[in-house]
Amino acid sequence: MNAPILPGPLADNPRLDRWVTFPAPGKVTVGTGRVELGQGVLTAMTQIAADELDVAMERITIRSGDTEFTPNEGYTAGSQSIQFGGVAMRQACADVRGLFIDQAARVLGCKSSELSIRDGIILRNGAPTGQDYWTLAATVDLAGKATGSGRRKAVADFASIGQSSARLDLPAKIFGAAAFIHDMVVDGMVHARVVRQPNRGATIEAVDDGAIRRAAKAPIEFVRNGNFLAIVGNDETAVELAGAAASDHVTWRHVETPTPLQAEASWLVQRPAIDRVIGAPEPADPQGRARFEATYTRVHLAHASIAPSCGLALYRDGRLTVWTHCQGVFPLRAALSRTLGLDAAAITVHHVQGAGCYGHNGADDAAADAAIVAMKMPGTPIRVRWRRAEEFVYEPKSPAMAVKVRALLDDAGKPTDWTAEIWSGTHNYRPGAGGNLLGAQALPNPPPEPPPGDVPEANGGGATRNAEPLYSIASKRIIHHLVMETPVRTSALRGLGAMPNVFAIECAIDELAERAGQDPVQYRLALTTDDRARAVIEKVAAMAGWQSGAPGGAGRGRGIAFARYKNRAAYAAVVVALDVDETIRLRHVWCASDAGLVINPDGAINQLEGGIIQSASWVLKEQVRFDNGVSSLDWETYPVLKFSEVPEIDIELINAKDETPLGVGEATAGPTAAAIGNAVSHALGARIRDLPLTRERIMATLLKE
Amino acid sequence: MTQTFEFTLNGSPVSVSLGNEETPLLNVLRNALGVMGTRFGCGLDQCGCCMVLIDGAPEKSCTKPVWSVAGKTVTTVEGLGTPQRPHPLQQAFIDEQAGQCGYCLAGILISAQALLKRNPSPTRAEIAQALDGNICRCGAHNRIIRAIAKAAAQMRASAGTAR
Repeated sequence: MNAPILPGPLADNPRLDRWVTFPAPGKVTVGTGRVELGQGVLTAMTQIAADELDVAMERITIRSGDTEFTPNEGYTAGSQSIQFGGVAMRQACADVRGLFIDQAARVLGCKSSELSIRDGIILRNGAPTGQDYWTLAATVDLAGKATGSGRRKAVADFASIGQSSARLDLPAKIFGAAAFIHDMVVDGMVHARVVRQPNRGATIEAVDDGAIRRAAKAPIEFVRNGNFLAIVGNDETAVELAGAAASDHVTWRHVETPTPLQAEASWLVQRPAIDRVIGAPEPADPQGRARFEATYTRVHLAHASIAPSCGLALYRDGRLTVWTHCQGVFPLRAALSRTLGLDAAAITVHHVQGAGCYGHNGADDAAADAAIVAMKMPGTPIRVRWRRAEEFVYEPKSPAMAVKVRALLDDAGKPTDWTAEIWSGTHNYRPGAGGNLLGAQALPNPPPEPPPGDVPEANGGGATRNAEPLYSIASKRIIHHLVMETPVRTSALRGLGAMPNVFAIECAIDELAERAGQDPVQYRLALTTDDRARAVIEKVAAMAGWQSGAPGGAGRGRGIAFARYKNRAAYAAVVVALDVDETIRLRHVWCASDAGLVINPDGAINQLEGGIIQSASWVLKEQVRFDNGVSSLDWETYPVLKFSEVPEIDIELINAKDETPLGVGEATAGPTAAAIGNAVSHALGARIRDLPLTRERIMATLLKE
Repeated sequence: MTQTFEFTLNGSPVSVSLGNEETPLLNVLRNALGVMGTRFGCGLDQCGCCMVLIDGAPEKSCTKPVWSVAGKTVTTVEGLGTPQRPHPLQQAFIDEQAGQCGYCLAGILISAQALLKRNPSPTRAEIAQALDGNICRCGAHNRIIRAIAKAAAQMRASAGTAR
């Protein structure tokens, strides 16, 4: 008999005591490499462990993202935590449960099949045996490797999985407890602010330290390493004042600033790029067939986390300890090791919760800042917190993208050949992909820039993510131009290329439906053979009371769009109803999603809903502006959707609990963007293909008509 | 020169000695007094993470100099309720699971408390408008609005019972 195949994260981290331990009577500690980003993952993991171990959730303490204790699961990203990490957690717990059952059978002199577990107590034919996890813990070796032989619960036996358990982390945030890394206080801690190097290669010309000290109004000190300059002190207010004043009192050479032209997606098209073609070869002779061609674009976006990035570090006795809210503590440890020339074994990285990040924001860099200062001040814990403008200027941006769709059509107006040609900078400058930590670039002998690359297709692709329509089209291909140099650092933001690609595909599909004189819902269904895709499209149309041929063009419109995230995670279809005059007012959004087995339905709905609102914000309002440098510096120059602009939203999950779990966190971003685009087109009787859908673009479109 | 500032925080008198009278109230709360529920978001009076009540009025504390609250009463999220005795708003936020990352919630709870004081029966639109000075980046808006409406109904019901 072949050995069972272990889920990936469990195969990578086979030691069971990284996943489960029994530290004290009645207590269970569960470890996960996935970290809480506000998505409720720790609650969902606790539910999984409770079911597979047969213990009450209240007994479980969960430890996450810790190089000392937890499994290494890389990054908490890509809507993969439940789809992959959750499956690994299930199997690890099932293996542990199986080991304890077998050990209990030996101790009790009975067959394993006679035994079961209820809230940690071993039962024999339903009666207590005097044994439990904790009486047996000393005799079961969890340092051994997972085998995958523990039998996972059947769906019908789930008690906790599938229930909308309340989030374990929310009460602390609602009652104002110290819940975030920003609230951490370490004995002897000093505050620090970094005087940021404007760009790689810029060098400090002069520092007027007297002026900066006067601005601080309390004692501060400077820490310098090459062109890395930080201000430290006991009084955070003084350090903050000094940090703010420093821009006027530190002068730099070799400053480069991105230009307004570079803020536009169109700038990308003629830039040096690495080109590749994925999919079917181009058709030899498309002559004589109806063609469609249109280009859709999106500008750079910011993660714009509500809290600026924060990091703490302590270097003592040759060991570095770092606290961070980044998405991957193990990759950060490796990057810190490279940056600081310190053995990774001498570095411990602990995850502490921050605000929602939605991807690779400044978290890793703030941790590195703290570490760089800490190395210069052995024995003193350092706390770095970025300023608001620092976050907007220096966080890695989601790259601008241009997507040209070309299609050949049959006599009925359906596409038979489809090309998506994409221009984009990288979506992956994470430290784990070789990206440099920001502060490292200011150190003496800064590390070289990594060769240009993007997320591999095996991991869902970066700029190419969701560039292939799920529809039945005879031949499809992607032409990817990876633009080698971008005006600012670009990296992962919720969904990566999926939002611009789904916007392009689903707007193009609507344009084709209109050309063919067909209803957008019917046109999509006619192109869809995937039953689960059909089901969400039909469901959302029913929820929204979709009527074929509803009149548009008078300022009121509705639009639909669909995607399956990465073509392998959750399915989501979205309908948007809106009004347009000079601006766009969202009236209502409906969404149907199939996420397979859902661990926590309310948590999944919360994620789908958050994705809808964030995508609406991107589409209606957001763009990073360049004007003598990044000029989106705060919430006035980078406005996001306000409470009064958020529509009512209805979401329904398809019941598919016999299917494997599918990640939901990024599933609605693309469909929402396209559904808004399609609804605006329906309302105006004219198409806008460039995001964001600003007042200027609406007015220009109306004037053209 | 060190100066001493006294005010009432969540019902108790507090006194802090500071060298810079312009020190923002937020920094005094978090650093001098160790009261961490009120969060730093922007330092620019824009995002509402740092909202507190000063003599009952909602104010952003990140730019509010400490001298300006001397002798006044300051209420932070910790002053609304505790896990053992939650404020109806806090209970409603838990019931509705109103939040994702939760960083904005302390400020939003304060804005909501101020709203319900002046308008015990707000409409959805009125709640949303009252929160336009608070940014939520995760997209928990509708849950938050539902929770506030629920708390308002609950508070009206208990006020009716009390009468």
